[in-house]
Amino acid sequence: MAEFEPIVTARWGGPPVVSLDAYAKSGGFQGLRRALAMEPTAVIDEVKASGLRGRGGAGFPTGVKWSFVPQDTGKPVYVVANFDESEPGTFNNRELIERDPFQFLEGLMICAYAVQCHTAFAYCRGEFVWPATIVERAVAELYAGGYLGGRVLDSDFALDIVVHRGAGAYICGEETALLESLEGRRGQPRLRPPFPAVEGLYASPTVINNVETLSFVPHILERGASWFASIGTEKSTGSKVFSVSGKVERPGNYEAPMGTTARELIVERAGGVLDGASVKAWTPGGSSTPLLTADHLDTPMDFDSVAAAGSLLGTGAVIVLDDTDCVVEAVGRFTQFYAHESCGKCTNCREGTWWSSRVLRRIEGGLGREQDLDLLHDIGRHMLFRSFCALADGAVSPIHSSLKYFRDEYEEHVRLGGCPFKAPAPEHMATRPEPPLEPEPVPEPGAGVGSRRVRLEEVLE
Amino acid sequence: MTEAGFVEDVPDVQGPVLGPEARATADRIVAKYPDGRSALLPLLYLVQSEAGWVPRQGMREVAEILGLRTAEVEAVATFYTMVKLHPCGRYVLSVCTNPSCSLLGGRRLFDRAKELLGDASDHGVTDDGVFTLEEEECMAACDKAPVVSVNYLYYDRVGESDLEAMIAAIRAGDVPEAARGGVPGDLKAVSRTLAGIGSLRDSGAVPASPPIADDAANATGAADG
Repeated sequence: MAEFEPIVTARWGGPPVVSLDAYAKSGGFQGLRRALAMEPTAVIDEVKASGLRGRGGAGFPTGVKWSFVPQDTGKPVYVVANFDESEPGTFNNRELIERDPFQFLEGLMICAYAVQCHTAFAYCRGEFVWPATIVERAVAELYAGGYLGGRVLDSDFALDIVVHRGAGAYICGEETALLESLEGRRGQPRLRPPFPAVEGLYASPTVINNVETLSFVPHILERGASWFASIGTEKSTGSKVFSVSGKVERPGNYEAPMGTTARELIVERAGGVLDGASVKAWTPGGSSTPLLTADHLDTPMDFDSVAAAGSLLGTGAVIVLDDTDCVVEAVGRFTQFYAHESCGKCTNCREGTWWSSRVLRRIEGGLGREQDLDLLHDIGRHMLFRSFCALADGAVSPIHSSLKYFRDEYEEHVRLGGCPFKAPAPEHMATRPEPPLEPEPVPEPGAGVGSRRVRLEEVLE
Repeated sequence: MTEAGFVEDVPDVQGPVLGPEARATADRIVAKYPDGRSALLPLLYLVQSEAGWVPRQGMREVAEILGLRTAEVEAVATFYTMVKLHPCGRYVLSVCTNPSCSLLGGRRLFDRAKELLGDASDHGVTDDGVFTLEEEECMAACDKAPVVSVNYLYYDRVGESDLEAMIAAIRAGDVPEAARGGVPGDLKAVSRTLAGIGSLRDSGAVPASPPIADDAANATGAADG
């Protein structure tokens, strides 16, 4: 493991490689050249054999995704790069683009060749005014250099890349919402099936890949699938750029082999907890993944090990809270995020995120009641797996996991009538301009949002 | 996304928002895409680059360009926070309060910004027309927390005194350079960038891709075929 050489962050040591010339001189485009000399299906097979899994959160095998694209529909095939990075705590895509945009674009071009796409899109987060400009400039250079357009590197392969900017909506990182957005609509997820591979952009076969995922592709083509598969773990091959933030000495992006422990990332790479405090809670993959505790620090950071520990690898975004931080406050803020970003299409998500956010604010503000803990859990239960997309599931992650591991902290808030981690200011809290929730009928433990339905079912029986 | 408010509350402007030059730019933006409707957001940004925000008149013009109903354009415009449905200050100051930033002072920073720019919070504008203040969600720069942006260019590890100095400098017309990307222009200028002006290729190159099949266009309800 000590032998690990960075793959996608290899060029990070020097100044950003933002010119075509510099990229080509530092070994760029070898993967693309090799790919163009292969049959497209052989490129897909190579990526499949590498075991590369999507780095955007879901971890779906990339080569398999590409292989789902039918070539006989008579419609064009599209590739869309997802650069709508917005999962709280995640910032590796941004830095990958700021430091090495051509690596990503080379991956995008290889992907396009593999699935025989002639118009690819780079969907950039709206707030990324500067990173998206870097992409635009890089694309312009690729055209000027003969890498894009009618004949890519004098081959018979034609490719255009269109850079598209979003407009501030987390949900557009969800692939079907992204497609809706790219089609000029509200960013609301679609029901699947049909999956985008069959009916995606403009109802045509479409591959959507994350920026980090695509950044690995040139290396796989250049150095071979077995080289890549030899890194990381058996089922999570290669490396991952982990974003470490929050209460650490050196927040930043750290590339490490899949399976590196969280302890190594937090303590050795990020310099440990700020001011010598200790870890209280951390997310393994952004705010949508269940919180873990100091007891889980030796969890290897790969898809299966993190799942076995009761969470998800997600985007590999490690947010660290130390023992002076309030979990209830942090969870409340995460939940406010989901309430704001829920697209409103599915009732359970739209209502559940909003109500959870209100209840959490009430607890943090000192007006929480004992029953609120069960209420929160119950709202979450009725949000899970009931929506078109995973936003609601993600929103429940911090709530349920914090109730599991930090229930005493919630109880303390209720008992003290305020946040135990703040200087005492209950009066200020109680008189905050936004009125607290109305006192409401107290649900029995285990009852709650769905109890009416249960009773109805009983009646029907 | 949904807090942008009701368009009915806001006075409209007299048209046209897009002059002849902007209309020509609009045509080039539409031409970037296999299906013109994909240009809807970029065109809203184009309206914003002319008017400083997106009045209803601008939506009507975008609808006309794309062959849509105004309601369809409005449905999209109201979904996205970066489409400004109210008149804005020339500089949108955003402070991230998501936990990665809040753990390191982002919340206090936002509270301080509210004190300094009271009128500008909740989609308001300061009296001098300079600022609109927004509480921002995670800006994907948590390694630089707490992060503040001005018209979406980022400033790293901003302290309260940095914030005060920043606000004073912008008021004095001396916008400080962002950590990356240079000195932010005003909201009209950045909206031009957002509209994708920088990605328009002037070569007039014929798109290399085959034209989209008719049935595919129909399946998505494409407006301009």
